[in-house]
Amino acid sequence: MTTHTHELTRLTATEMSAKLRAGEITSVQLTQAHLDRIAAVDGGESGIHAFLHVSTEEALRTAAEVDAIRAAGGAEADALHPLAGVPIAVKDLIVTEGQPSTAGSKMLDGWMSPYDATVVTKLRLAKLPILGKTNLDEFAMGSSTEHSAYGVTRNPWDVTRIPGGSGGGSAAAVAAFEAPLALGTDTGGSIRQPGAMTGTVGTKPTYGSVSRYGAIAMASSLDQIGPVARTAQDAALLHELIAGHDPKDSTSLTGDVPAFAEASRNTEVKGLRIGVIKQLQGEGYQEGVLARFNEALEALRGAGAEIVEVDCPSFEYALGAYYLIMPSEASSNLAKFDGVRYGTRVLPEEGPLTIERVMGSTRAAGFGDEVKRRIILGTYALSAGYYDAYYGSAQKVRTLIQQDFDAAFAKADVLISPTSPTVAFPLGEKLDDPLAMYLNDVATIPANLAGIPGISVPGGLSDGLPVGIQFLAPIREDARVYRAGAALEQLLSQDAGPFWAQAPALAEAPESAKAAAHTAGK
Amino acid sequence: MSEISRADVEHLSTLAHISMTEQELEKMAQELAVIVDSVATVSEAVSGEIPATSHPLPLTNVFREDEVGHVFTAEQSLRNAPDAEAGRFKVPAILDEE
Repeated sequence: MTTHTHELTRLTATEMSAKLRAGEITSVQLTQAHLDRIAAVDGGESGIHAFLHVSTEEALRTAAEVDAIRAAGGAEADALHPLAGVPIAVKDLIVTEGQPSTAGSKMLDGWMSPYDATVVTKLRLAKLPILGKTNLDEFAMGSSTEHSAYGVTRNPWDVTRIPGGSGGGSAAAVAAFEAPLALGTDTGGSIRQPGAMTGTVGTKPTYGSVSRYGAIAMASSLDQIGPVARTAQDAALLHELIAGHDPKDSTSLTGDVPAFAEASRNTEVKGLRIGVIKQLQGEGYQEGVLARFNEALEALRGAGAEIVEVDCPSFEYALGAYYLIMPSEASSNLAKFDGVRYGTRVLPEEGPLTIERVMGSTRAAGFGDEVKRRIILGTYALSAGYYDAYYGSAQKVRTLIQQDFDAAFAKADVLISPTSPTVAFPLGEKLDDPLAMYLNDVATIPANLAGIPGISVPGGLSDGLPVGIQFLAPIREDARVYRAGAALEQLLSQDAGPFWAQAPALAEAPESAKAAAHTAGK
Repeated sequence: MSEISRADVEHLSTLAHISMTEQELEKMAQELAVIVDSVATVSEAVSGEIPATSHPLPLTNVFREDEVGHVFTAEQSLRNAPDAEAGRFKVPAILDEE
């Protein structure tokens, strides 16, 4: 890899944007640098495998278009979006015309969406070259990306460990400098927890802040698309681009999109009231995670923030409520994969070919273990005789959690916690223990149940592995998490420089393999 | 420990249209019992007084103009179909043999 590629891929999206506008670099150079990086580190046996599909030609075409507009100058050049020409990766749960959309499932192997998700339309209008689609746990169900039907994604900080999930591909791509920006989806932490595991920044916006049209639904009352980046400011810029009301998603928020990027440039925390959630620390949290968390608190206190403790007693039941509501909604949402209108159809090996039996064998072959587990669990929770005790109670817990947040935000402007109780664990460690895997989401789930925004920013390393710090804010106050996140980022990088500078170098594929990857187009 | 039998899972798999082998049914019954035990605590936390929340935003009656929007052609709609014939989805027998 050339020095030039190395330098270009290590810029922040904000820096890329400035250099593109100043004419110091072209989008074709920038996009090619990322495609080269993907070719160098994504393939092979111990490669990152963040991408399920790389869209070389399309990305370069968009890049050349931006360069041509810039070169011509005039009104069209002036009207370009600040992120025009900055490449981006898209989680493969979000549908794209002209690129396959698999949701990490065999069920959708080879499926080509006839339409773009609204967020993808926005990327195309703003002319961000789309590098490709990133790996995920099947239908976004998982916390490690090991439940993908297309193989695991590796953590760039230690390739024997998980990158988090379900958006492990988007987070790993950004952490491994294969893309400066990515889109993710967060139902119970799938943007924030991979952010924590890979030392990147990920935001779950307020529910409805970003249109969900074209995100393959898992749990519709919890799902939210959001930005993945290396800095809070980059995430804020991308969030501003993808946010806004969409008539195609009746749950999307109306009203103007707040100035998130501006909020991320205000790193003053003097007088900011930061609430430490009593229930999201202590038992179950690794020592190294708590050490970095306490250092973050000290840094914020030192900068003039007011640290208060808040009590959220109902959080004890959040995980239980989530693992009833999410599977219930998922079992309903995934009923559409019936092998009739799209996706795989698998015929039973014996017996009559009735639609019931074909559906049964199609879903048996098309879904992986975790998806089946959640569909069955959801079917159970919704069945007569259990509905009130399980689904009904879970919905009431949801109210209690919202009340806990209301009380907490009366005492604090933002709340803080570790994003995840542990650092990235070794691949395979929790694969046979679903409950241990679910426990990883304990700190991220409450925000989804309440619909509030949250961000994960890097809080340093524990034994060489990234620790994530989470900030939460009230509904529609996403700007606050960008301000707090950017402030912590600045406080922690004052002496040490940017966090990602500590990332280990990755093994690179030999030139011959890279050329092969290029021609194959993956 | 929650009592979830192999027969219970078999019934659920029929409702969910997922064929399962004997081995899968056994394994799923065990896993489900563990998971249900851990999530069942939610019923301890709540009383009848607490309203249920089904959605994070209190939205009601979201309306829009009833206008014809983008429409897919039959060809586009059928492009991903596992089987199609004469401009229609082709499905296995809807009714049982008897």
